[in-house]
Order: sequence, then structure tokens, then C-alpha cells
Amino acid sequence: MADKIYRVNMKELSFKIEDVPNHWMGLGGRGLTSTIVAAEVDPECHPLGPNNKMVFAPGLLSGTSAANSGRNSLGAKSPLTGGIKESNVGGTIAGIMAKLGVKALIIEGIPEDNSTFYHIHVSRDNVEIVQVPELVGKDNYFVLDSMEKKYSKKVAVMTIGRPGEMKMLVSNISVRDPKGKLRSHGRGGLGAVMGSKKIKCITVDAQNYKEVSYEDSEKFKAASKIFTKALQNNPISGEGLPAFGTNVLVNIVNEAGGLPSRNFRTGNSENAEAICGETMAENIKERGGSTTHGCHSGCVIQCSQTYNDKDGNYLSSGFEYEMIWAFGANLGINDLDLIAKIDALMDDLGLDAIEMGVCLGLAVDASILKFGDGKEAYRLIKDEVAKGTPMGRILGSGTGNLGKLYGLVRVPVVKNQSIPAYEPRAIKGQGITYVTTPMGADHTAGYAVATNILNSGGFVDPLKKDGQVELSRNLQIASAAIDSTGMCIFVAFPALDDPACLPALIDMLNARFGISLTGDDVTNLGKTILKTERAFNLKAGLTSADDRIPEFMKYEALPPHNVKWDFTNEEIDEFWNF
Amino acid sequence: MSENINITLKLFAQYRDGRFKVEKRVYKSGTTPQNIIDELGITKDKLPLGVLMVNSKHEKEEYILQEGDTLALFPKIGGG
Repeated sequence: MADKIYRVNMKELSFKIEDVPNHWMGLGGRGLTSTIVAAEVDPECHPLGPNNKMVFAPGLLSGTSAANSGRNSLGAKSPLTGGIKESNVGGTIAGIMAKLGVKALIIEGIPEDNSTFYHIHVSRDNVEIVQVPELVGKDNYFVLDSMEKKYSKKVAVMTIGRPGEMKMLVSNISVRDPKGKLRSHGRGGLGAVMGSKKIKCITVDAQNYKEVSYEDSEKFKAASKIFTKALQNNPISGEGLPAFGTNVLVNIVNEAGGLPSRNFRTGNSENAEAICGETMAENIKERGGSTTHGCHSGCVIQCSQTYNDKDGNYLSSGFEYEMIWAFGANLGINDLDLIAKIDALMDDLGLDAIEMGVCLGLAVDASILKFGDGKEAYRLIKDEVAKGTPMGRILGSGTGNLGKLYGLVRVPVVKNQSIPAYEPRAIKGQGITYVTTPMGADHTAGYAVATNILNSGGFVDPLKKDGQVELSRNLQIASAAIDSTGMCIFVAFPALDDPACLPALIDMLNARFGISLTGDDVTNLGKTILKTERAFNLKAGLTSADDRIPEFMKYEALPPHNVKWDFTNEEIDEFWNF
Repeated sequence: MSENINITLKLFAQYRDGRFKVEKRVYKSGTTPQNIIDELGITKDKLPLGVLMVNSKHEKEEYILQEGDTLALFPKIGGG
């Protein structure tokens, strides 16, 4: 049976199952969500109003036996950036949607009766929309438990905690992973969009699907084997990531002088050794736990982990570099166990670790808490943000809004979204990605750190301007295409250095669908996606003036290299010349 | 020209296994990172060199180390 579009109307509390229009047929993941958002959402709409839509779409290879193909994309207009957003996540959802034949799940409208929240259950040929007053005011793990009891241990779950219900801009949407832990559609305040539609959780039936079909299964198997081997043989995806997780980056980024610390005042942190991936791996070894954990089934990289306390009790999983940086280096907490406790709390509440962490780093400048005070950070999240007190609402509005409310100048955001764990002044290619991506400051949109710092895909000096715009452009085009396949972004490491990797990925697409894509077609897909997203943003009122770094980075030199942001507007705007 | 130079050596990720995190060592003037890589037994067959920094800047193996330099060695690593 051909894939279908499942369309849910929250105003009418009804659904339709539609054929996939021809021009959407070859799209998946980000390519599909951005195309649908651009086609169906008024760019001028209020992101929390009736005319925004949520579009969920598995990648083109999701549901297949291809390694690392389990990423699911969510598109909408972001209430944080005011522009288009695509956020993708692991977990079990992408594979299950694909096997059920759901090409995309589109959710539109807002219920007229907004006194309660709803649960949407998607199964083959059916969607149920039921009120769930018993889940209102509960957080993610409670919802997960309820849904596992109601259906099965395998049911795919997407849920929001209290901050999402309160439509806070730091809220995310959490997704069940294969071990019953949580992953997140982290960025852009998409939890608030789900909250605005009065949806507490979405489940997808995992019992009555069929396996996806292949136009040429022999060819698919052969290509899949080469692709898996490329992931396993690569020193980063095959060895470094499973051994140390993404947190292995703390030391190298710190050593390069690009680890933002003290709300982006220096590029080094005195806490690096206390919070780094090597220390984390030592703790895991001593205390039990596991350095390897896949965020989705079929993952052969296993960069995630299970992290226990000194007594061997579970503290957190999916304990990632970005989160550890935000709380450890930028906010200054030097206790990895306390950072893990905060991580687990934020998972349960459904908070974007980057937005919340950077916001608390800025809150030090606002004298709301002291640098390094992890206990107070925990309390602010648990007792203020989660409860929606006035202070919680202020912090829950994100870094940009906190800066405005307290009259602060050193506010590290692009398009109102917090800058992640790489200093744009000292890792200039990454800075170009932050300012130009239609997503707002986002590290995954075009990971120039690979070539600026990690010697992947060659080397472009991070401290010089030369070659950075071209580097970021090429990476953003490739990332937009990869985000459409359902592939984890870490396939980029072998793809940058192993000539067998990308052709195998394209061969899998061709064998799955009986098509004959070339490398150029894939590049063109990436270009089209970026241009579609950019056009949406321009219609939404964003301009080139939004493709800029915070001004303080232009006049404040960042130690240890004492570098400023020195790109001219013309140099930045050259990015879009393709 | 047989003066000695003081070098701070930093190792990361798997390079720490059976070695050290950070050490101050004395070398002969003219020593290159490649000499130290050989001395540490880092080879192309197992965990080849990923990134080499001197004083927080990327450098090549042939760079001539100077008095007081900090040399940092990383195997191929990544994340994000």
C-alpha cells in the first residue's frame, strides 16, 4: 500500500488520510516538512495561533534496515525564532511511522474548547483524538508510563511536560527511545506549538505495521553493507563516539580556545577536565552504566550512554556535549553528577538543554544566580520554570527575552535562538552557519567544527575568515539533504572522509524507491530545501539584518586568541549566492 | 645549538590509556611534534593522529617546537 498523508484537524477534532501529491513523493524528513510548512503555513501567522501547523515526517530511508536511518523530522513556524523550523530526533518514532505508511503527519488548528489537553493515537488507517485530563500537569516519564501501560512497551510516544503545556519558548517535544528513555525535538520552542494545539502526547501504533518494501532488495542489501562498514571503520563514528560520546568534544574545543565560558566571555573553561568526555567515561567504567547506547534502533554508532552516580544508581542517559557544555563551562558547574541530575530533570520536563542552559548562563549577568551554583540552577528549573512562577516564566522565555527584560547587551543569540557550544569568534566557519542558517543559531545545520577543528573533510583555519562561507554553504547543503534521508548527522564524519560512504547512501535511496538519483541530484535537493526555508523566513519578515552575530562579539576580543567577529555584511550575505 | 626546551605535553581520549594526561618534559632544541609522536608510540596502524595543536593552534608534525610550547595530541574524534 502506498504511503499516505495523515492530516489531523484539532479545531474539528477530525482526521483525513490523503494520497501523497506527486510533487511530495520524492521527499522525506526535512525536505518534506519544510516543503509542506512553506506550502501550507502563512509565514506571517502567529506561531502559537490557529494557522501554524506541525508536520512530522520520517526520513526517506527510515523504517528500512539501513544503519542510523531512524531520525524523524518535525517542521513548523518557530515561536522562538519567528522563522521556519526543522528539528529532528532519534527514538523509535521514525521507523514506526515509515512502516505504518505514514509519509507525514500534519496537525492543524486549535480546539475551540481549550480547557483540557488531548492525546492523538495514530494507527493504520485511523487516528483517535481523546481528552486526557489525567495527564494534564504531568511530565514526560509519567506520560511514557501511562502510554506503555495503555498500549505496549513498543508504542512510539511524543510528549510535552509542564513547560510545553505553558507554551514556554524553552520547551521541547520528547520522544521515547528504544530503552524507554527520552530524546528531544530540542530546539526552537516546538513544545510550545504542541501546547498551543492542546496536544499532550502523540502515540503511534507499533504492533500492526508491515515492513517497508524495496524496489530492489538485493541492491539495497549490498549498498547497506558498504554503508554500515563505512560507519564502523571510521575512527570517529566507529571508535571515538562509542567510547566517549559526544562529550569527547569538551577538551578539544577547549584546547582550541573555542569553548564558550562564563556567558561567552572566554574560549577556555577551568572546568574542562572535570566535565570532559574522558572523565565521564572513567566514571561510567568505575560505577557501572554503559558508554554505548543508541538513540534509535539500527544505530551502529551508539554515541549515547547510561550515566550512574557514585553508588551505581541511574542518573541520566543521552548525556550530551551541548548540555554538559552549557551547564559545565558556560554556567560554570564543575560537578558532572549534578549536571547529570539537571539533565534528567530537563528530560522529564521537556526543556531544550541549549536554550535553558545558555539562558541560565545569561541569568548570572542578571544576578539571578551565581556562576557555578548548580544547586540553584536545579532549583530554578524545578521550582520556578516547571511551576510557571513569574521568575520561571522569565527564564522559560529563553535567552533573548531574558536579555531584553534585564537590559543586557551580551546576549548570545541569533534569530533569538541561543548560540550552542562553539564560539563563533574562534571557530569562524561555525559562526557563519549560526548567522546564515534559516533555523537560528544551530550547530547541526552545517557543522563547520568538523573542518575547522576536527580535521574532518580537510582543514580550514578556524581563526581566519578565508574559505569559511564556502565551507559552511557546502556543509549546510549536504546537511539539508542528509536530514531528508532520516540519517543521523554523524554519518557526515565518514561521508567527509570515506569515498565509499555517500555513493552507498545514494544507492540505498535508489534501490529503495527504484529511482536513479546522482550525487548532483542530492546536492540540488539540499539547495532547494535551504532556499525554500529562506523564502519562508523572508516572507515571515526576517531579513539579511537577522543574519548577524550579536554585536558584542564584534567589539569584545575573546581570549585566549583575542579574536573578534570580523566578517562584513557583504561577506556573510555572499552565502546565499548559489 | 644543543640547548634544551621545556614542553608541556597534553594527551586526550584514547591516547591517555597507559600514558598520561599532562606532563612537562625537556627536549632538545629542534624537536618536532613528529619526534614526540614517535616517542609515544603513536602509529598510523592504531589510532592514527587526528589533531595536533601547539599553543591552542593547529600545527603540522614538522613544526619546530619552541621553549615553553604546549603540544596537544588527539586521535580522530568528533561529536556535536
